[in-house]
Amino acid sequence: MAKTDTKGKKLERNGLSDEQLRAMFRNMLLQRQLDNRGFQLNRQGKVPFALGSEGHEALQAGAAMAFQRGKDLLAPYYRDLGLALGIGLTPYEILLSLFARAADHNGGRQFPNHYSSKAAGLMSFSSILAAHIPHAVGAAYAMKYRGERGRAVLVTCGDGTTSEGEWHESVNFASIHKLPVVFLVENNLWAISTPIEHQMGQPEIWKRAVGYGIPGHRFNGFDPIETYGNVNEALDRARSGGGPTLLEGMCYRFLAHSTDDNDMTYRTKEEVTEHRKDDPVPLFERVLLDHDVMSAADVEQLKRDVLRETNEATDRAEAMPYPTAADLYTHLYEGAWQPWQ
Amino acid sequence: MAVSSPTQTTQLMNNVDAVRATLYDAMKNDPRTVILGEDVGARGNVFLITKDFSKEFGPQRVIDTPIAEASIVGIAIGMAMEGLRPIAEIQFADFIYPAFNQIVGEAAKTRYRSNGEYTCPLVIRTPYGGGVRGALSHSVSIEALFYHVPGLKILAPAFPADVKGLLNAAIDDPDPVLFLEHKKTYRLIKGEVPDGHYTIPIGKANVLKEGTALSVVSYGLYVHWALEAAQQLADEGISVEVIDLRSIRPMDKTAILQSVEKTRKLLIVHEDNKFGGIGAEISAMVAEEALFSLDAPIRRHCAPDVPAMGYAEPLEHEYMSSPAKIADAMRELARF
Repeated sequence: MAKTDTKGKKLERNGLSDEQLRAMFRNMLLQRQLDNRGFQLNRQGKVPFALGSEGHEALQAGAAMAFQRGKDLLAPYYRDLGLALGIGLTPYEILLSLFARAADHNGGRQFPNHYSSKAAGLMSFSSILAAHIPHAVGAAYAMKYRGERGRAVLVTCGDGTTSEGEWHESVNFASIHKLPVVFLVENNLWAISTPIEHQMGQPEIWKRAVGYGIPGHRFNGFDPIETYGNVNEALDRARSGGGPTLLEGMCYRFLAHSTDDNDMTYRTKEEVTEHRKDDPVPLFERVLLDHDVMSAADVEQLKRDVLRETNEATDRAEAMPYPTAADLYTHLYEGAWQPWQ
Repeated sequence: MAVSSPTQTTQLMNNVDAVRATLYDAMKNDPRTVILGEDVGARGNVFLITKDFSKEFGPQRVIDTPIAEASIVGIAIGMAMEGLRPIAEIQFADFIYPAFNQIVGEAAKTRYRSNGEYTCPLVIRTPYGGGVRGALSHSVSIEALFYHVPGLKILAPAFPADVKGLLNAAIDDPDPVLFLEHKKTYRLIKGEVPDGHYTIPIGKANVLKEGTALSVVSYGLYVHWALEAAQQLADEGISVEVIDLRSIRPMDKTAILQSVEKTRKLLIVHEDNKFGGIGAEISAMVAEEALFSLDAPIRRHCAPDVPAMGYAEPLEHEYMSSPAKIADAMRELARF
């Protein structure tokens, strides 16, 4: 991939307008700012835990741009900040989750980054990897069963999750019934401390599609436009009755797994530095500047806006109350509950 | 029996008939209902419970799944989250372990973890229990593995009329329900079942036989054997009260305590292992709430601490109780 001097070349837009390109870039900047904020707040002792998606920005901004709000469903995993933002969650909602406040969609019950929003079409999920993938397939079955053309489910996971049995079971079932679902694997090469070569003997996940009899593609997940093109095509196929697709977006996890992880115990600084050369955020900034989608002044203004928005959301969320002790007992079942009756 | 809208007429059915008739009505009455599981379609389930359903309702509503229990439940959860009313079948309860996380980690927590934004109205039906030469992997009782889990409801009716009323309640319920069907009772147990749609409230036990000398609490196949044993003891002049729990989670504390306060002796009978079984929870509850009403230690007549019953006849015989063994346990407690 060209890292500098993209100027002379024609920009492959995959049908995206300037406005959409800027929206993706804004999403990417916001992801990085909010990621940073989570780690800062953790180091300040204000939140017990944070997860980062640094390195996944382009992949998630591009994929989210292909998502049709009000129609599609997203079944994400815990490293999908950019997808959550891209389908309509606000920085304030992200920070409510980080601070575990009562006004959070989950009422402060779940870990940060375990978003849920019925209004946005974001399906609730747990930390147990691949457990959400059959849920996505079940939702896709419901769409097809009701004859709802024009809707699809986008389900994401990391490379590590593709080792789970439920990943296989779900792709297989979706293939049998030609369900409107897109399986998007965000391959960042690491499952916490386990590198890809210790996760699978054949490291190109997209090739498994052949075994399921569905289309499969691998693309550069550091390029939001290429990502959008792939996800959009797959979602369109799903929405129009063409069945599922397996997509593998290549990216890298720049940060440790979480604030509780030290990645220098299992990988080298040199490896991380090498991948940093492909950092999708400055790269996409370069593309937008070179093709006059944004001016340098626009970019600076956008960065200031994103920082301000993040600061305001932080202050606003932090000022909100925690759930109360009584909230431990609500929403277990419909209505009041006692195991002894 | 608490019947919400019974008609006057009844039909004689066994437990298979009752499950089948209830599922049929649910499919007929609500297009959101789908059934999924192994061999539920063309084969009509291994016990023929859904025989001809696929012909009548179509394979898109009676879904023959691949052999993949985790995703049978997982896909049903996704369907439920997206507005369908799935009834998932695990072919034998012994096969439910691959789906453990989907039931415990996902279905039971969907409403809770999303603070009520998402719900999981799901029924998981499965045949359980022994006495049918089912060996190690077609005979187990699984209720103790799941009754620890907040967010689930667990039902184990013993009579056809209860099967219908409680299965209807499970299907109507907005939360996940594990519905256990004792396979030895499937064709063995017959009874009159009211026509029309009715429900039995989840969490209500049924006092099958009133008595004064001791209380026996049970569920499933052993309810029938406890009744038989209680008849024997009646002939010997010992009056035994028999309670069918029907619902394991939630459980009817009121019925158990009322009975124990009256008889002052409690015997718990179940087919599942004794150690960590349902009987342990009942014992603890009665000890906490009614210790000074008791005239004898609480007794549990349950399965021995082995994984399951062996295939060979003597092994199954040793594992399983019987009306005679239950009668012995009753006599012993009555004499205390």
